[in-house]
Amino acid sequence: MTGLIMQITFLLVLAVAGYILFRRISRIRKNILLGKGEAHNNHSSERFKNMLLIAFGQKKMFKKVIPALLHLALYVGFVVINLEVLEFVLDGIFGTHRIFAPTLGGFYTIPINIFEFLAVAVIISCVIFLWRRNVLTIRRFHAQELTSWPKLDANIILIVEIVLMLAILTMNATDQILQDRPDASYPETGFLFFSALLIPLFEGLSTGTLIFIERFAWWFHIIGILGFAIYITYSKHLHIFMAFPNTYYARLAPKGKMENMPAVTKEVQIMLGVPPENGDVTINAEEISRFGAKDINDLDWRDIMGAYACTECGRCTAECPANQTGKKLSPRKIMMDTRDRAEDVGKDLEKGGKGLEDGKSLLDNYITREEINACTSCNACVEACPVSINPLSIILQMRRYVAMEEAQSPASWNAMFSNIENNFAPWKFAPSDRFNWADELKNESAATQKEKHN
Amino acid sequence: MAEMVAEGEEAEVLFWVGCAGSYDDRYKRVTKAFVKILHKVGIKFAVLGQEESCTGDPARRAGNEFLFQMQAASNIQVLNGYNVKKIVTACPHCFNTLKNEYPELGGDYEVIHHSTFLQQLINEGKIKLEGGGTFKGKKITYHDSCFLGRANNIYEAPREVLEALDADLIEMKRCRTKGFCCGAGGAQMFKDAEPGRKEVNIDRTEEALSTGAQTIAVACPFCMTMMSDGVKNKNKEKEVSVKDIAELIAENEKL
Repeated sequence: MTGLIMQITFLLVLAVAGYILFRRISRIRKNILLGKGEAHNNHSSERFKNMLLIAFGQKKMFKKVIPALLHLALYVGFVVINLEVLEFVLDGIFGTHRIFAPTLGGFYTIPINIFEFLAVAVIISCVIFLWRRNVLTIRRFHAQELTSWPKLDANIILIVEIVLMLAILTMNATDQILQDRPDASYPETGFLFFSALLIPLFEGLSTGTLIFIERFAWWFHIIGILGFAIYITYSKHLHIFMAFPNTYYARLAPKGKMENMPAVTKEVQIMLGVPPENGDVTINAEEISRFGAKDINDLDWRDIMGAYACTECGRCTAECPANQTGKKLSPRKIMMDTRDRAEDVGKDLEKGGKGLEDGKSLLDNYITREEINACTSCNACVEACPVSINPLSIILQMRRYVAMEEAQSPASWNAMFSNIENNFAPWKFAPSDRFNWADELKNESAATQKEKHN
Repeated sequence: MAEMVAEGEEAEVLFWVGCAGSYDDRYKRVTKAFVKILHKVGIKFAVLGQEESCTGDPARRAGNEFLFQMQAASNIQVLNGYNVKKIVTACPHCFNTLKNEYPELGGDYEVIHHSTFLQQLINEGKIKLEGGGTFKGKKITYHDSCFLGRANNIYEAPREVLEALDADLIEMKRCRTKGFCCGAGGAQMFKDAEPGRKEVNIDRTEEALSTGAQTIAVACPFCMTMMSDGVKNKNKEKEVSVKDIAELIAENEKL
């Protein structure tokens, strides 16, 4: 009977977690789709290759070897231990214990030992990561944008991972003792190396207590995982899922290429009296609702997805020349602000609020003009990101808004614009002087010729 | 170009000089050095002269897409009018824009940066650099241009040119994909920097000077200005010179 109650409880927990997760995922999806842009489904083989190399294969992580190895332990641990979670879920549904043990027989010991090895690797990595974050003075973990919540978020993730892994080891340790107790009917798992190290802690306890601890650890682990899955959707840790679509949809063109604005092309063609290629001379008002980006709905949806894929590691900011020389710009903050704005708008919409029309905008209320003006478009942030996020894209789209919608660019940029317009060069030189260097060259070589003759 | 067309001649390549190469006194020397090299190897090239106009790169990066596209449209009209197929330029900003951004607007050309072009000439044996030349064993450090490097993945061509000079190439700690910006890209050339602890070019110059190199090699007019200013700021202009790779070749060949 208690078995049945356990099964029903488990299914209920699973259903509630599943529902909350579903709600959260569809909210995030809607938030991302507040952005505009095409589906970007072209070049799928190249995109797939990028995803395999960068997200699955961790290619860009290996620019920094120590964090890469620690991260790899967490990553492999996460992926592989999920196989054990599959057993957890099946056991929960069918009211069984270690459903794969009888079928796999002696082989069962091998995967469980591998899981335990990974659990230990995860614990060690998390401890080192906690130490790196909180004790060492690694500059990228101590920036202005890392206020209380981002710092706490990072620590919560690491601590929860440690606790979840300890639950697995506790469960296996007590399980191993119970296998030898005649008054408990636990199936044989074989010798589990790492959890066996914990056996001395539990050996003296009664069978009833051991069963309680074992069951508690089991429930703690599975509820912990489901709770963590929900937590992740509010956390920077969402990168474990979003890294995949983000690397898939990442821009394929050379980094130097700025995205074109077809609406502007059309207007320029009309202004120059060249009929647009498709012969359509009417400018669709909807098409050019706004030039450049003031708020998240002006951005490409991929930019918002990038914000959800960001784990705030700060490699972008650490490489940014403006940031390194003390300017306010931090590419990581650009991504964090974009995500915050998307979350705020989403929350408001959920409550039936005004959403985007709440009187705020990404530019000014979240990201300042001083930040976007400081960017040298050097692409260091884009190069540095382990999951192909592009903070530069957001900065450039905001500059477009400031220049074209508001004409509020810095005065010296406006002067540069008028120089190009009037003199066809960003400096104030006479166009007729453009070819003077050729005359100078002729005179110089005539002079050297003369010298040689003399 | 107009003259060549009038005479019924065809150019192998169009040399896109760029605004800095046309007007900036320092960078004009790079233009002249490159032209001397082209003359020396006997390449039939043309320039647009007064018909050339800003590619629009700084306007686009500062956000003025209209101005950029107006510039692009008129440049493309001129280039297509002369049926230009191949362009070489010493400016990575012009290079990036012509190569990556003009095709979408109707301007499709084979665009080469002069570092790649010079490397090809060396590889083909058209430029024969005599060993034991001016730069043999001299310490040179190369400052990566962001628009050449990260933006377009050109890291090795300028380095191969320097190695062909038999120079002692010393790398800065931040080089290639991790190269540090000179501070002028993204239209920063045309305005003062935002408040901070330091200017980007000073930071970079300090790094370049710490290598002990006598020459800082660059391959971009913006980098040239920023690094020269940095060297002046540190009162090192007597000991350390900032030179474009084309100048180094011309100097080595006594052109």
